[in-house]
Amino acid sequence: MTTQDTTYLDQLEAEAIHILREVAGQFEKPALLFSGGKDSITLVRLAEKAFRPGKFPFPLVHIDTGHNFPETISYRDKMIERLGEKLIVGYVQDSIDQGKVIEQTGKNASRNALQTVTLLDTIAANKFDACIGGARRDEEKARAKERIFSVRDEFGQWDPKRQRPELWNVYNGKIHKGENVRVFPISNWTELDVWNYIRREKIELPTIYFAHQRDVITRNGQLMAAADFLNIDEHDRIEHKNVRFRTVGDMTCTAAVESDAFLIDDIIEEIRSSKISERGARMDDKVSEAAMEDRKKGGYF
Amino acid sequence: MDLLKFFTAGSVDDGKSTLIGRLLYDSESILADQLEALQQSNRKNDDGTIDLAILTDGLKAEREQGITIDVAYKYFQTDKRKFIIADTPGHIQYTRNMVTGASNSNLAIILVDARNGVVEQTIRHSFIVSLLELKHVVVCINKMDMVDYSEQTFNDIHKAYSEIATKLHLNEVTYIPVSALKGDNVVNVSGNMPWYTGKSLLDHLETIEVNEDEKSPQARMPVQWVIRPQTDELHDYRGYAGRVSSGSFHVNDKVTVLPSGVRSEISRIETFGQDQAEIHSGMSVTLHLKDNIDISRGDILVNSSHEPIVSQLIEADLCWMDTRPLDDSMMYLIQHNSKQTKCKIREILHKVNINTLDKIPADSFQLNDIGRIVIKTADPLAFDLYHENKQNGGAILIDSRTNLTVGALMFRASVE
Repeated sequence: MTTQDTTYLDQLEAEAIHILREVAGQFEKPALLFSGGKDSITLVRLAEKAFRPGKFPFPLVHIDTGHNFPETISYRDKMIERLGEKLIVGYVQDSIDQGKVIEQTGKNASRNALQTVTLLDTIAANKFDACIGGARRDEEKARAKERIFSVRDEFGQWDPKRQRPELWNVYNGKIHKGENVRVFPISNWTELDVWNYIRREKIELPTIYFAHQRDVITRNGQLMAAADFLNIDEHDRIEHKNVRFRTVGDMTCTAAVESDAFLIDDIIEEIRSSKISERGARMDDKVSEAAMEDRKKGGYF
Repeated sequence: MDLLKFFTAGSVDDGKSTLIGRLLYDSESILADQLEALQQSNRKNDDGTIDLAILTDGLKAEREQGITIDVAYKYFQTDKRKFIIADTPGHIQYTRNMVTGASNSNLAIILVDARNGVVEQTIRHSFIVSLLELKHVVVCINKMDMVDYSEQTFNDIHKAYSEIATKLHLNEVTYIPVSALKGDNVVNVSGNMPWYTGKSLLDHLETIEVNEDEKSPQARMPVQWVIRPQTDELHDYRGYAGRVSSGSFHVNDKVTVLPSGVRSEISRIETFGQDQAEIHSGMSVTLHLKDNIDISRGDILVNSSHEPIVSQLIEADLCWMDTRPLDDSMMYLIQHNSKQTKCKIREILHKVNINTLDKIPADSFQLNDIGRIVIKTADPLAFDLYHENKQNGGAILIDSRTNLTVGALMFRASVE
């Protein structure tokens, strides 16, 4: 039962498992941030590979904007039941009710930016010293420069000029009280790598990743799911289309693509031939050339 | 399909980011929306074409100053291979970033400006490549378009660099004349230099053999985590989780646990519920031993036939990476694989002038200084010489006041 021939997927998997075990070994109270997206679902599988038959040495944490796709929430709950691991949910609604953030108004209102506050509060309340996330360097230019162990100060801020050098496979997780480390085990994976891995491992995904019929409206040239909290008015035209989502964020900021990719093989083929990058379907990145860098400095994942 | 990690060394004006941009652009690895952002950017070349360097300069400050500050990672793939590029800055004040990029790469690309030939910084970049023991070097002689694609210029630089390579023991060097700006010999073989009969850069990167650690006779697995479910049905389960850093392990292999020196045999090799007969370098795994012994994170499992050095006094090359200078009266932390222990600086042997390669006496190290020291560790380390085994021969120094990574160590000898 040996596999002599190691492919790049095996190499990426081995690296990610190594990073997850370093988190377990170096931190007192780590957590795995679970968004319901394919990248964090991949992280969960990697955590199973790193720690089974033992338990995960960390809980899963979900920041719930209240504007999630219902498919994501039902997937999350089923997955937690299967895993038998602990889930902690931080609600953006709580941050709004406590007056810590003010809900945006207007047509393009989104809770996407508000979740940073809820995330930082959840980290502080649970005293997490390391948060594992599914960000990848190929997603965006600022992320291309982020370390695998990325230290945040007590305000949750990322300082790109004060990053620690990361040599060989040695990760320095030493921090001062109040600081925490964001850890990105799949930093070196591309979107296509994640999909190939999901296919190889036969990992189940939320249904919205696959083509389905849905009511959509067009906003700023992008197809958005016609959900109540999109502030739909008489100028919006609701259409019924075959769509799927390439990333799963908040419903207010995640655009769909028209697609007939019903199966994972179709999706992989679609990405191979696609001419738009994955974050091209994220309205939040389009604000300015440095949009992601600025949000990351503020504590966004 | 396998993976090749390489890094690029060259100064601001050598066109390093342009070369990477060209590799991505000509291999059709840039997507439409990225291209759109590129075209809308204000930075253009003098002739109005897109400035491909923008593809890798990710931070605001870098775009403003038109230079690369930090290591940027880029990913692309062809039909033959997947590539990870570490784009590192070339200025002397960013030597630490270059060391970082080099530590994670199998191959180095060194850029030389055809107009200037081998200069001081070429020597510095090559020294770092030799210090980090990268086996494969490609010298890209760039801006050939600005010297009329002259064969004589190429030959002169080839000859000058060969002397440096010999001095630094760089044995496998390939020379390619390119123009990153115009695209000559980057992805496509150029018609402008019929005298050059070698491969294009991409063709070379796609076909070069790189596979060092697996053949090593030194089987090593630092223990990261011990899996003990302690449930009723798995009461006696005890698995040592880690990543094989070199060589291979087989079931029934005799192994030694270090630094304790206790010996046992491998009873089972497990990867996520699957049993394996053997496991190779690079793979993450859970090992089981025949005897019940006390093993914890920081220990290392090795094959008993090729045990590493165990010592507390170690001679090492040091690259200093912090703005605070090295203080030899201070206690530092050393992190070697999964092991952390305290250490002191026993002696500073010398520093190297990295532009001339002269050894000079020193009593401290400033940011970006490189030289040789002797350290004494609180607990013994089980290590190999960096020359023979990079993963088990390198370590980092941490300043316990700031928690910053302040030094990279390459182990050269045991002093005891």
